[in-house]
Amino acid sequence: MNRFAFLLDRLAYEPRRNAKIRLMAEYFRETPDPERGFALAALTGALSFRHAKPGLIRGLIMERTDPVLFGLSYDYVGDLAETVALMWPGETRANRSPLLSEIVEGLTSTAKLDLPKRLAQWLDALDETGRWALLKLITGSLRIGASARLAKTAVAALGEDVKPDDVELVWPGLAPPYEDLFAWVEGRGERPFAEDPAPFRPPMLAHPLEDANFRAFEPKDFVAEWKWDGIRVQASAGRDAEGRHVARLWSRSGEDVSGAFPDLVEALTFDGAIDGELLILREGRVQTFNVLQQRLNRKSVTPKLLAEFPAHIRAYDLLVEGDEDLRERPFEERRKRLEAFIAREDNRRVDLSAIVPFDDWDGLTAARLDPASAGAGDDAAAVEGLMVKRRDSPYVVGRPKGLWFKWKHDPMTVDAVLMYAQRGHGRRSSFYSDYTFGVWTTDPEEGERLAPVGKAYFGFTDEELTELDRFVRKNTTNRFGPVREVVHTAEQGLVLEIAFEGIARSTRHKSGVAMRFPRVARIRWDKPTAEADRLESLEALIAEKEGA
Amino acid sequence: MRPEDLLCPTPRGLYCPPADAYIDPMRPAERALITHGHADHARPGNGAVMATPETLAIMEARYGEDFCGTRQPSPYGAKTRVGEVSVSFHPAGHVLGAAQIRLEWKGFRAVVSGDYKRAHDPTAADFEVVPCDLFVTEATFGLPVFRHPPAEDEIAKLLHSVELFPERAHLVGAYSLGKAQRLMKLLRAAGWDRPIHLHGAMVRVTEAYARLGVDLGETVQVTAADRAKLAGAIVLCPPSALRELWARKFPDPVAVAASGWLRVRARARQGGVELPLVVSDHADWDELRRTILDTGAEEIWVTHGEEDALVHWCGTAGLKARPLRLVGYGDEGDETPAEEAAAP
Ligand SMILES: [Zn+2]
Ligand SMILES: [Zn+2]
Repeated sequence: MNRFAFLLDRLAYEPRRNAKIRLMAEYFRETPDPERGFALAALTGALSFRHAKPGLIRGLIMERTDPVLFGLSYDYVGDLAETVALMWPGETRANRSPLLSEIVEGLTSTAKLDLPKRLAQWLDALDETGRWALLKLITGSLRIGASARLAKTAVAALGEDVKPDDVELVWPGLAPPYEDLFAWVEGRGERPFAEDPAPFRPPMLAHPLEDANFRAFEPKDFVAEWKWDGIRVQASAGRDAEGRHVARLWSRSGEDVSGAFPDLVEALTFDGAIDGELLILREGRVQTFNVLQQRLNRKSVTPKLLAEFPAHIRAYDLLVEGDEDLRERPFEERRKRLEAFIAREDNRRVDLSAIVPFDDWDGLTAARLDPASAGAGDDAAAVEGLMVKRRDSPYVVGRPKGLWFKWKHDPMTVDAVLMYAQRGHGRRSSFYSDYTFGVWTTDPEEGERLAPVGKAYFGFTDEELTELDRFVRKNTTNRFGPVREVVHTAEQGLVLEIAFEGIARSTRHKSGVAMRFPRVARIRWDKPTAEADRLESLEALIAEKEGA
Repeated sequence: MRPEDLLCPTPRGLYCPPADAYIDPMRPAERALITHGHADHARPGNGAVMATPETLAIMEARYGEDFCGTRQPSPYGAKTRVGEVSVSFHPAGHVLGAAQIRLEWKGFRAVVSGDYKRAHDPTAADFEVVPCDLFVTEATFGLPVFRHPPAEDEIAKLLHSVELFPERAHLVGAYSLGKAQRLMKLLRAAGWDRPIHLHGAMVRVTEAYARLGVDLGETVQVTAADRAKLAGAIVLCPPSALRELWARKFPDPVAVAASGWLRVRARARQGGVELPLVVSDHADWDELRRTILDTGAEEIWVTHGEEDALVHWCGTAGLKARPLRLVGYGDEGDETPAEEAAAP
């Protein structure tokens, strides 16, 4: 476990993809079965056992430490598992630390009542990093600085001539501790048989257009299409060895999200793989992200929900048709195949994303500024911007340079006052990094007051976060658990310039407005709070949008 | 008599009336007793300065010859009369020359720890327990979550990374006085016999260490032209340099940092560190508690860091304790003082 914890610790800090792969590959090379297999399961999120509740861990530490010291420590560290891992008392280490396989086995076999004792024994025998990894693992909050895809890439790196996609293809039929997989990759065994008829294929991503001097490009080399404001998905379907039809819906990062969209998956009757945008359509009209969000917010998928929020795919690209992989073909050819495919399928749930015609870059700029007149018509409110793709671009995994660009709308901004701050999660757990902000409104009873209109937890640099954290700690007027109220009067407080992508009416928010992707664009240390924006100006923005 | 008659906290720092002297004054004073050479303790511009010979040499290397009016070296253990007080300096184990200052007056003994650690450091004299009635302790890492692992294990992590990524340069951000030299010594002990490359800001202090008899093996100052050629090298630099353009000219650099703060993950990630080494020159929680008990002091004053937790613990141990809330050591109000973030 200590060696695995050491790997997790390194991965958590290592930003480079290739270095992560090397670290994992080194671990897999040096660690025997079945340890490495359980590690692979943990890295790919394939481990399953009943998770321990934070209360159990809190109980264990309370028996062993002074409550005041625990309180001060927890407040400083901000993360329960880490606090406990760091302050777990005792220097004496058992002669040997538990193996990951023993822990996995122990977690499945230990009766609930015996778990605290078992856990305490493990914690006694591990070092700080080991304790941290164990506590994260058993609370189900192990966030690994690497995706499942990367772990599989590292496994492939053990072999002479194995590609990550090969591992991906056999993966669905495998189970921890994956001894057959390692045997095959290392050339000691047969290829495990388990082809997924509906596999995930890592998507191709675009660069923001402002990064590229696009005016130097030749307009006729490019095609433009709308960038829809939904969820990028991959619809993958085919027949398994027994001839059964299998369909799956994958998120951009390779998560199987089929369970949340049974209405859509049921309609994926074709053989192939489509890259597209998941949208809610009502009477042929694309709904805004806000509506989609309402479906995503519901925990259970009920018939009522399905009827009220019908999910669709608007197709951008065709990756596979039947058995034929089209990814190396130029975009233009794939697009023709896609158009024919969509026409042939005639599927109520799947339609084609339109091409936006343009002659020169000025023409495209005009289309971006006014999608409604440029073909998006009634659906313009759900357009997030444009995608600009090279006609000859193959479908390449990742974010290749110079092929695809996204050209988003300019964000809207508002000057708001910081009202509350909450400690963040993960890497920010010891900083106040989630900010609730408000704008001025006139209350019939209270007069001028600030109405909270949103929460922002990104957009600032690490240095700005340090400054904001210090401001919060120095200007706290009240505490409610992890939340601090920060001074916000007409005379005192801090103005944040908030940028956001969209705004809509909302009944879920007290202020009646909901922003999309709000983020801190600038900290206005210079601006007096009394000069921050008013709720009326946000309402005007909504009215303007609805009128458009 | 009351302890406050011998030592009283003032905005300028701890003042000792019967000696008419300040300890580590924040602003220039007529007479100063300096615990060690770190910039938040040893400031230039004082009148008469008493410190260990090593600390005086380090101050001269950093501030130039005219860093004070007159200087009075006080080797470890020697007793000198200052006003009505008998003053002596004793090893604090923090950095080369670092001392605890012992003050004895009318039979009452106070010890001001300065910064200290108990772990062995090959570049500093080992901490010495000095029995006293009043112990003024630092508390930089005064929370139970701070327990420093053996420094050798952390060095092994660095060497493992160098072995795994031989085509990359490992840039180690470390405070230039003390931490850097300790790391060099630890690397040598772990068998690293290749030259150690130094950022320009490290050179003067490192030379001062060499003059004071600390052998650090071959060190080479990094030149602008060299940077691209330093694949596989270990380069020491101030922590701030990791984020500067300077760092980007190395072959695929790995940002390493060595500090006690890195024990807390959120703090480590915040600094953009890719390989944190938990190496500190300050006492950790266990060492703080042990030291307080070892001194036999009945009264404990806590300064410089996480005072509340240590004061609370003293209470549970039946000791009289109070926080001093002196401002100016490290960075005021900041939990990771800019300078000490590298120093510990
Ligand atoms: Zn110091
Ligand atoms: Zn200090």
